[in-house]
Amino acid sequence: MNKTLAFLGWATVAVFGAGAVSTIALRRGEPINALWLVVAATCCYALGYRFYSKFVAAKILALDGLRATPAERLENGRDFLVTNKWVVFGHHFAAIAGPGPLVGPVLAAQFGYLPGTMWVLAGAVFAGCVQDFVILLFSVRRDGKSLTEMAKSEIGRVGGLVAYVAVIAILIILLGVAALIVVNALKASPWGTFTIAMTMPIALLMGVYLRRIRPGKVLEVSALGFVLVLAAIWGGQYVSQDAALAKLFTFSAPTLAILIMIYGFAASALPVWLLLAPRDYLSTFVKLGTIALLAVGIVALHPTLHMPALTRFVDGTGPVFAGKIFPFAFITIACGAISGFHALISSGTTPKMIARETETRMVGYGAMMCESAVAIMAIIAACVMQPGVYFAINSPAGIVGQAPATAAATISSWGFPVTAADMQALAHAVGEQTLYNRTGGAPAFAVGMAHIFSHSLGGETLMALWYHFAIMFEALFILTILDAGTRVARFMIQDALGHVYKPLGRTSWYPSILATSALIVASWGYFLWQGVKDPLGGINSLWPLFGISNQLLATVALCVATTIIIKMHRAKYAAVTLGPLSWLVAVTFTASWHKMFDADPRVGFLAQARVLAVGPTPLSSATVRVIFNNRLDAMVTGVLVVMVTLVLVESVRQWIGILSGAREARVKEAPFVRTRLVEERG
Amino acid sequence: MNRVRKMLRDFLATAAATLREIFDEAAYARFLGRSGTVSSSESYAEFRREFEEGKVRRPKCC
Repeated sequence: MNKTLAFLGWATVAVFGAGAVSTIALRRGEPINALWLVVAATCCYALGYRFYSKFVAAKILALDGLRATPAERLENGRDFLVTNKWVVFGHHFAAIAGPGPLVGPVLAAQFGYLPGTMWVLAGAVFAGCVQDFVILLFSVRRDGKSLTEMAKSEIGRVGGLVAYVAVIAILIILLGVAALIVVNALKASPWGTFTIAMTMPIALLMGVYLRRIRPGKVLEVSALGFVLVLAAIWGGQYVSQDAALAKLFTFSAPTLAILIMIYGFAASALPVWLLLAPRDYLSTFVKLGTIALLAVGIVALHPTLHMPALTRFVDGTGPVFAGKIFPFAFITIACGAISGFHALISSGTTPKMIARETETRMVGYGAMMCESAVAIMAIIAACVMQPGVYFAINSPAGIVGQAPATAAATISSWGFPVTAADMQALAHAVGEQTLYNRTGGAPAFAVGMAHIFSHSLGGETLMALWYHFAIMFEALFILTILDAGTRVARFMIQDALGHVYKPLGRTSWYPSILATSALIVASWGYFLWQGVKDPLGGINSLWPLFGISNQLLATVALCVATTIIIKMHRAKYAAVTLGPLSWLVAVTFTASWHKMFDADPRVGFLAQARVLAVGPTPLSSATVRVIFNNRLDAMVTGVLVVMVTLVLVESVRQWIGILSGAREARVKEAPFVRTRLVEERG
Repeated sequence: MNRVRKMLRDFLATAAATLREIFDEAAYARFLGRSGTVSSSESYAEFRREFEEGKVRRPKCC
């Protein structure tokens, strides 16, 4: 009876899911309601978790609830700790959820809502969730080893070295792009800049409160900080309305870029307890609250999507970024579908907290499903806007023109009507001077989010407050990643330099701290500066570069996973990781080829350099710099591809060797120890 | 009714424990237990120092 009921229940979910996906995929010429996306996503995730993840867990990984995890065997009360599975789930989700699933889908919305939605759903269920799940389990079985350590021990030295270099490269590119998004969101915005500036004294206050007044009461002080941030957002409107104050908080993009680099350096080199740790807590508090609020807002308002299912820009002529739907939609959306960066977290703190192997399914697969749901919310936020408004915000001046009337006319000529008066009214409603040329995705997401929030909570009068709340939320989020990422990269460089000269590896030796901090900030700062000075807005060049490097890291993670699966004598099921791996190789290698060698100067780095080089002589210093930057970007892309090719070749050699019997299939797992937790729990 | 109340209580307790873990309050409590000290300005400073110098660098995703 129970079996029959379960069958009928899951059959109903499948029918609902198929109906919703069909509606999204096949409806043309009329707007659809956002709830179709919500229903499709809910059903796909439910089916994926119930059936696919269970299949992976049972047939391939053979999760063993009796095998003691490192959290139990190596428990030390610090890094290794047996933790409740829901707590680990929340902890893991808080670590993997960043601005990526918000920004990528907003940018990819230039193709319409259909490609992004399908990629997020299929990518998460069959690739991203699987990657996070298997890497987490494999790390658990190897005493919580990191991805780079597993690559070294399972694939070989080349794998370990490439994974290490890829992590540093992705961090640097990520930090440059993230900083650029903040710059584009805050340039010429006194309200936004004031709010973000205020988070610094608020964080200092929180730091002092935590240290001196109520030691360790982080939740309490985060709630207090949140109230103060809301007050800063409220106060920001008065700053923007006062000519003298507004001038004080109005910065150009280059000035903001320099300020962010100084901030990044200080954040990396100074003790963290006073400013950074409280900001990190505040950012997490705002992040979790806002994501929950956005989910409620979307369900409550269930807005209509005005963006068509597919736009004309699938042909590669898009203004937000250039390139055809394949492969560019699939590298633009990384987090939300599959992100190599997640493999670092699945092999970082999380495996050291897992109490039982069987919980890796819920934590690894389940948390990624939630991240994917955040990406679906971002697609909805981008697509509730009128398409003309979306393109006016996201198109760089180099494409649509500087003057409002010209930009509106250009965008209208694409079939997405918008007027200068519409844009002026919208800018006024959100408390900004202008919303043109706000590339980077963050402002567009903020407008969409403000639209959803203001229609469900507070009405149009609160539109400006919600917009700046969204900008604050994203900028705070990104700045936290910037300072944490700079520190993590610094530690990694110091670890490596320590092998050359011991004192350089000491994280408390100031000459080393200053030198490595400067090196890291100069590296991502270079990409930031390049983006700020780029006539096409920077995002066109840098976001694909970030997407490529992130997906190449996922390629390394899936190589490791496939190698281990084959070594476990589960080769007949290797398609579970080999499928996503093949897809990522196709996507990233094609995208890299286009970014390097495409003849269209808006797509290919080298083509753009060539076009600029034959311009009127003598070339200006700015042009020479852009030419150099394009060649540098092409070289970075090429180096990343070569490195990942080495890992692939090394992995394939391993697979062939094992399958032909020429190599021993020996996994490097920690020995089996029977758990005591089962007996303790009775 | 009692079952619903218990479920709600369990849910809230788990949510609170998750937040305490995410916001490092639980880590601080463990530190106090491990070091046999009580919460104070000095203990928290020591906890932060140990936390920052930990081997695990807690990467956050993009």
